[in-house]
Amino acid sequence: MSEHVFDLDGRRYRFDGLGALLAAATPHRSGDALAGIAAASAEERAVAQMALAELPLATFLEEPLIPYEEDEITRLILDRHDRAAFAPVASLSVGEFRNWLLSERADGESLGRLAPGLTPEMVAAVSKLMRVQDLVLVGRKCEVVTRFRNTIGLPGRLSTRLQPNHPTDDASGIAASILDGLLYASGDAVIGINPATDNTSTVVTLLKMLDEVISRYEIPTQSCVLTHVTTAIEAIERGAPTDLVFQSIAGTEAANRGFGIDLALLREGREAALSLNRGPLGNNVMYFETGQGSALSANAHHGLDQQTLEARAYAVAREFEPLLVNTVVGFIGPEYLFDGKQIIRAGLEDHFCGKLLGVPMGCDVCYTNHAEADQDDMDMLLTLLGAAGCHYIMGIPGSDDIMLNYQTTSFHDALYLRQVLGLRPAPEFEQWLESSGIYRHAQGIAFDRELPPRFQHVLGSRGTTELPS
Amino acid sequence: MKESQPSAAGEALTVTNPWQRLRELTDARIGLGRVGGSLPTSAQLAFQLDHARARDAVHMTLDTERLMPALDRRFPLALRLHSRAIDRDEYLRRPDLGRQLSADAEQELAAITSEPCDVSICVVDGLSARAIHEQAIPFLDAALPEIDRLGLSLGPVALVEQGRVAIGDPIGEALKARMSIVMIGERPGLSSPDSLGLYFTWAPRTGRRDSERNCISNIRPRGLKYANAARLLAYLMREAQALGASGIALKDDSEGDSQLGDGRQGNFLLLPE
Repeated sequence: MSEHVFDLDGRRYRFDGLGALLAAATPHRSGDALAGIAAASAEERAVAQMALAELPLATFLEEPLIPYEEDEITRLILDRHDRAAFAPVASLSVGEFRNWLLSERADGESLGRLAPGLTPEMVAAVSKLMRVQDLVLVGRKCEVVTRFRNTIGLPGRLSTRLQPNHPTDDASGIAASILDGLLYASGDAVIGINPATDNTSTVVTLLKMLDEVISRYEIPTQSCVLTHVTTAIEAIERGAPTDLVFQSIAGTEAANRGFGIDLALLREGREAALSLNRGPLGNNVMYFETGQGSALSANAHHGLDQQTLEARAYAVAREFEPLLVNTVVGFIGPEYLFDGKQIIRAGLEDHFCGKLLGVPMGCDVCYTNHAEADQDDMDMLLTLLGAAGCHYIMGIPGSDDIMLNYQTTSFHDALYLRQVLGLRPAPEFEQWLESSGIYRHAQGIAFDRELPPRFQHVLGSRGTTELPS
Repeated sequence: MKESQPSAAGEALTVTNPWQRLRELTDARIGLGRVGGSLPTSAQLAFQLDHARARDAVHMTLDTERLMPALDRRFPLALRLHSRAIDRDEYLRRPDLGRQLSADAEQELAAITSEPCDVSICVVDGLSARAIHEQAIPFLDAALPEIDRLGLSLGPVALVEQGRVAIGDPIGEALKARMSIVMIGERPGLSSPDSLGLYFTWAPRTGRRDSERNCISNIRPRGLKYANAARLLAYLMREAQALGASGIALKDDSEGDSQLGDGRQGNFLLLPE
């Protein structure tokens, strides 16, 4: 392990290895303090950032943070590294790389070519030297586009995952939230249910129901039941109409083992989904969720800071060409991200790191009730992510997930963001919203008290006063 | 929610949603209506109230003075213990301390020379003291007869402040219990600030993993009913004795057909047009 030293004003600062330097340089996080690896003082943090700025980017190729022999994610990162793509920045230090990213030389095209030449450690390192506005600006420059039944990530677009969760997976309860979401113009990223149980027959049933809704109403979107990849494979074997295979992933082999997965299993899940050949526009069939702190909570962090480990999870994601990846930034709780300030910055770091690595990043802008955060904090992160070109956010009735017991963004939140930043839904979905009389760009929701024709029958044949039986 | 009477002018700005009455089908906040694309004032204020209640539940202090006499009446011995986390702030930042007993608590437990028992019950504030205040005693009154019917002996009950689930392990171990039940205030949801969770562990001892426990969640009047939760718990206790284990080895065996049918029954989105 190499010691990193930095001399300033006659004092010598020592950092015991690359991992320790990164941890000391990272903006304050309760999770890093919990792990006992955070900078001891504000000054040490600032000095660590100076030392990190002088470090050649190429160091990360020579000095793996977790040994090659011990961790399959390290092997994935180094084996997949593209030296030719790395060439334009190969001679730069981390600090110079920040300048390069902010300069005119970095645009959508050059960043797209560079992505296979970057490793998670490089992008995590440079993010630690960046302010929020830098994270927004560079994130916005990146262009990553994915396709299944529609096109996600085009410039000027903002998609939403319709998340119709119900604590007992009740079909009618789920349907009520789906209807609410569709009529508030939500659901182009995916209609994705977190089931209350991992029971395979329940998962199969929910997949059939979503498939029928999507085909009955001819909605250009995809469905997903967010269950363990092994359950998804079993559901596919039982003939369930599966669009996307989901999995939570992390940045170390040991943390992934805690999730009950490895790279081989993810490959198997992807092949199962591809075998169904259900995407008319593209073959991006995976949906991943991540979040800072997951490795520490699995006691699998190898003494590394949570933000660097999170970036490593994106190397796992990009291996499988996903349609959607989102950090569930505020879900994990205050022992990892204590308050709104930490959650906001973490969300922007995650978006930046993912995009720079070529991953189609969305964000679950969220918090739990034991974190020091509220709706105002979420509005700030939401607005900043909109400016940063985030692919998608969640959409849930009134921000309240009654199954997972946390608060995420509402259907109304997406309407707000589209309104203030002029963002549009995915093009195929936008056309469906317009032809259905639900929503029109720059105008907003296109109907008042009377339901659009396509949906009038759902409230009963006699108009608007009866519950469906 | 209290509905104020809006003026005609205010009313005209708000677009209401006719599907609001589908709220009979779900607790989700559907059909909130809109002003432009935004949340109407009444829905915004209702959200703020619910968030305030959930926040208060997290920071509420466990009322041990009120709970101890109620526990004394129901158990051979009731202990009042504290975790190593000094206050709520430390509890939130340091989950590891919430899993360990304070030095005083360790001493108190060591001084007890009770016989081995079948069941150790811990009542723990967790993330919602309110859940314990409202659900703990009624749940115990449903569960204790079930435990009695199984012919199992009760050890001392422990009321624990600033505790996490795993604190039941050193307690059960010290009390020489064959199994441990931790009743704990769950992380409050916006619509459920009062939800009690149960964690069942066979052969409790420090270092047990979460995968070695079974959980029964969402116990509250508007969620899982006390009697149903008590029956589920009795099922777990019976099966664990047969298996000699809890956790993933002891799966809910309802692997058969899901209760959803094909997802179309009662699903108004999929009715014939």
